Amino acid sequence: MAAYEPVIGLEVHVQLATASKLFCGCPTTFGAPANSQTCPVCLGLPGTLPVLNERAFEWGIRVALAFDCAVQPTMKFDRKQYFYPDLPKGYQISQYDQPLAQRGHLDIVVGEQTKRIGIHRIHMEEDAGKLLHDPHATASYVDFNRAGVPLLEIVSEPEMRAPEEAYQYLTELKAVLSYLDVSTCNMEEGSLRCDANVSLRPAGTTPFGAKVEIKNLNSFKAVKAAIEYEMVRQAEALDRGERIVQETRLWDAKAQTTESMRSKEGASDYRYFPEPDLVPFVIDAAHVKAVAAKLPELPAKRRARLAQQYQLPAYDASVLTQHRRLVEVFEQAVAQYGKAKPVANWVMVELMAYCNARQRDPDEITLQPVWLVHLLQAIDNATISGKMAKELFVESIEQQVDPQQIIEAKGLRQIVDTSELEKVAEDVLADNPKSVEAFRGGKQNALMFLVGQCMQRTKGKANPQSMMEILKRKLTESKEVAS
Amino acid sequence: MTQTNRTDSPLSQPLHQLRDRIASGAVDPRQFLNDLLTRIEQFNPSLRAYIAVDRERVQAELAERLAKGPRGRLFGVPITVKDNICVRGEQTTCASRILQGFRPPYDATVIERLAREGAVIIPHANMDEFAFGSSTENSAVGVTRNPWDPSRVPGGSSGGSAASVAADLAVAALGSDTGGSIRQPAALCGVVGMKPTYGRVSRYGLIAFASSLDQIGPITKDVTDCAELLSVLAGNDPRDSTSAPTAVPDYLAALNKPVTGMRFGLPKEYFIEGIDPEIQRAVEEAARVLESKGMKRVSVSLPHTQYAVATYYVVATAEASSNLARYDGVKYGYRGAGSSLLEMYEHTRAEGFGRESVRRIILGTYVLSHGYYDAYYLQGLKVRTLIKRDFDDAFKECDVILTPTSPSAAFKIGEKLNDPLQMYLSDIFTISANLAGIPAMSMPCGFTSSGLPIGMQLLGPSFEEARLLQVGRAYEQATEWHTRKPSLQAAEARN
Repeated sequence: MAAYEPVIGLEVHVQLATASKLFCGCPTTFGAPANSQTCPVCLGLPGTLPVLNERAFEWGIRVALAFDCAVQPTMKFDRKQYFYPDLPKGYQISQYDQPLAQRGHLDIVVGEQTKRIGIHRIHMEEDAGKLLHDPHATASYVDFNRAGVPLLEIVSEPEMRAPEEAYQYLTELKAVLSYLDVSTCNMEEGSLRCDANVSLRPAGTTPFGAKVEIKNLNSFKAVKAAIEYEMVRQAEALDRGERIVQETRLWDAKAQTTESMRSKEGASDYRYFPEPDLVPFVIDAAHVKAVAAKLPELPAKRRARLAQQYQLPAYDASVLTQHRRLVEVFEQAVAQYGKAKPVANWVMVELMAYCNARQRDPDEITLQPVWLVHLLQAIDNATISGKMAKELFVESIEQQVDPQQIIEAKGLRQIVDTSELEKVAEDVLADNPKSVEAFRGGKQNALMFLVGQCMQRTKGKANPQSMMEILKRKLTESKEVAS
Repeated sequence: MTQTNRTDSPLSQPLHQLRDRIASGAVDPRQFLNDLLTRIEQFNPSLRAYIAVDRERVQAELAERLAKGPRGRLFGVPITVKDNICVRGEQTTCASRILQGFRPPYDATVIERLAREGAVIIPHANMDEFAFGSSTENSAVGVTRNPWDPSRVPGGSSGGSAASVAADLAVAALGSDTGGSIRQPAALCGVVGMKPTYGRVSRYGLIAFASSLDQIGPITKDVTDCAELLSVLAGNDPRDSTSAPTAVPDYLAALNKPVTGMRFGLPKEYFIEGIDPEIQRAVEEAARVLESKGMKRVSVSLPHTQYAVATYYVVATAEASSNLARYDGVKYGYRGAGSSLLEMYEHTRAEGFGRESVRRIILGTYVLSHGYYDAYYLQGLKVRTLIKRDFDDAFKECDVILTPTSPSAAFKIGEKLNDPLQMYLSDIFTISANLAGIPAMSMPCGFTSSGLPIGMQLLGPSFEEARLLQVGRAYEQATEWHTRKPSLQAAEARN
């Protein structure tokens, strides 16, 4: 196989989580009964007219500024025209040659290196509805709840050179959006969608090869896998002396392959023209400045500050800053607890594990930072064991109670009185002669069993480490006595 | 041709008189409406000015107004509405098969404004399908006839609105004007019609033909009525982003201001070969009348006039092709058969649209196509700017511009139907006002030797409707053309 270099560009569609749609007052709640969130405007009924949602416009400016884009002094909307049943007006109101913003960038970290990926443009557009196919009927149905929901399309420059860079770009992009609090960024609900453009060229050359657009990518991992697959497919074709066809391909997550959807040559002509129902918008520079002044500290900056201020490893700083909620919990907890590293570990390991296991976004989880502080303090003063703390952590999130309250209510204090522990050890040893024998016969497992018995007898209130030491001591003592 | 002067029949009286008589108790609005509906039932089968009128519904609306009000400036007055203006619950079809059965779940803003003043809405007047035409022959429900001569067209596309006002089947009506669709039928039917400044009247609820050109406006029996109705229609609407926030002046106050010292411009490009000499003479005579009222005549030039029709047919069809894309059989209106989505689309649109609609959709699709956009649509927008600039320059020399409304009086039914280019030239004098966005009003200024009405057009700078009403009212006071009425008995007999 010859050496090829991939050229990767990403088009990301982000649903803005505004309360109402882009051009009418309908709500945007996900999962409502079909067509319950529609009105004459978003259904495109004859005679209706669009009116731009000011909030969506403002959020668009925030996003543009967060990616260091130049917000344009004027923007206009255009009609992108094609026929499809989920498109109520026969055109989508989008932006063609005068988008909201252009020429920005996003810095990503790959390995130890920081790489700057250019952002070509950001434009606003309305979402389409959704087709529902009933496999038992000859008819299909349309749900227009999503029609008119505001979208931002963020188009990168074709400056990524490895699947991992695409993955990092998306991760960082999502982090920035979470800081701005403008989108739920949920790929499964479709509030974040990504298409990847991939082409190959012989390593060391500059002209671009024919590009393939990959659609139907439903996770960041899928983006990475699809690009990897496409690189191999295209390389093999090129090695066979074939030409790459410029086309759109669909990612098949099950088969882990891409399938041809349609070739670009036969693609429709969208007949863009300026939307006459909306006047061009003059974007006031003072307004942009005001929006910029209200931007929060963004991930890259916060990451650098975290590493410096709390003496955290770069890895910790980068994981913690991936989501605004995570870093907020971290910083607030550290402010009360004092030590950074244990808090970082808990947020990175326990909180993230909790979210991942339940497939929930950190934003959907309520965790008072003070709960984490109380847990850590309880471990420090040996009130509870680390193991108990992990269970309590989950319990306090699920029940929305301070773990301290659970400790008190359940009497979960660890037994620190050694004489009490000695007594438990003696009882367990007396009741389990076989295990004692087995241990003496060299079976280390038997000790673990005995520790388990002690824990059971104390309802988990014993410190397992101290329990083990006591048992070990007693087993060797009695051995000496016996011999 | 039979003409009669206006009688004192209550059905002939202008809106402002009727309104005053209802308010004073001299006219019983129930009796009036009943007489009007009876007249519609008598003459509409031959004139076809209305698509259909539901007597019970209209009477019920009046009963509700009488019981609950509001007792506004149009209290108890019936207003006729063109079939492209949405009325809640009433079939609104743009005289097209493709919208058959469509009942909007909302009122157009203009309907709300009329209702707020106590008016009773009579839906719907006939029109060219989707307002595509200048003769009302392109209606899926049949041709409207000119009340002055039923063998002739009423003009279009608001032919039903104009014919109903002329024939006293309406007190006043709403039309829409994209390239002359209010003014040309007003001229051909001998009534007053105004296209306001783009953005003066909300387009919310007006089923779009060409969004950057469309305006709703009044068609009335005289200039005072035009001012009355415009006062109700005009104003900013937050539901229409192209609606202007400009304050609405007192149009009625403008009616009685003297015109002494004001200048009217005659653009040399509008007195061209091909114009009916009788029409040219009538407009020249009108110029003398205005001079007799103390106005000064100046000569102005609108050098880009010759490009107006071509520019219009690029811009208007492009927007129309897009606005009509939503009629796909999926959500409402007519649906054709088909075993696949594509087949359903094809049958729906081929069977649902009339010939002229298909012609304009294809033309508009072509001018927006990849590779042609710059040469046609973009070029069209540039010429549009030049035409607008022509008017800006001309209005430095004069206060209003005076032109004929149409190059010919009402033509025979069928005469131009198979010659689209000839038909398109009917709008040669009206199209520029839409491209420039400026207000323009047509009003009666004479009759041909065969007794057909002739209209003259007054144009003014943006948001200067009051000036047109002021000059128009001065002219009307000096003439009696607007008082003449067609004889419908004769029309019916001929039919």
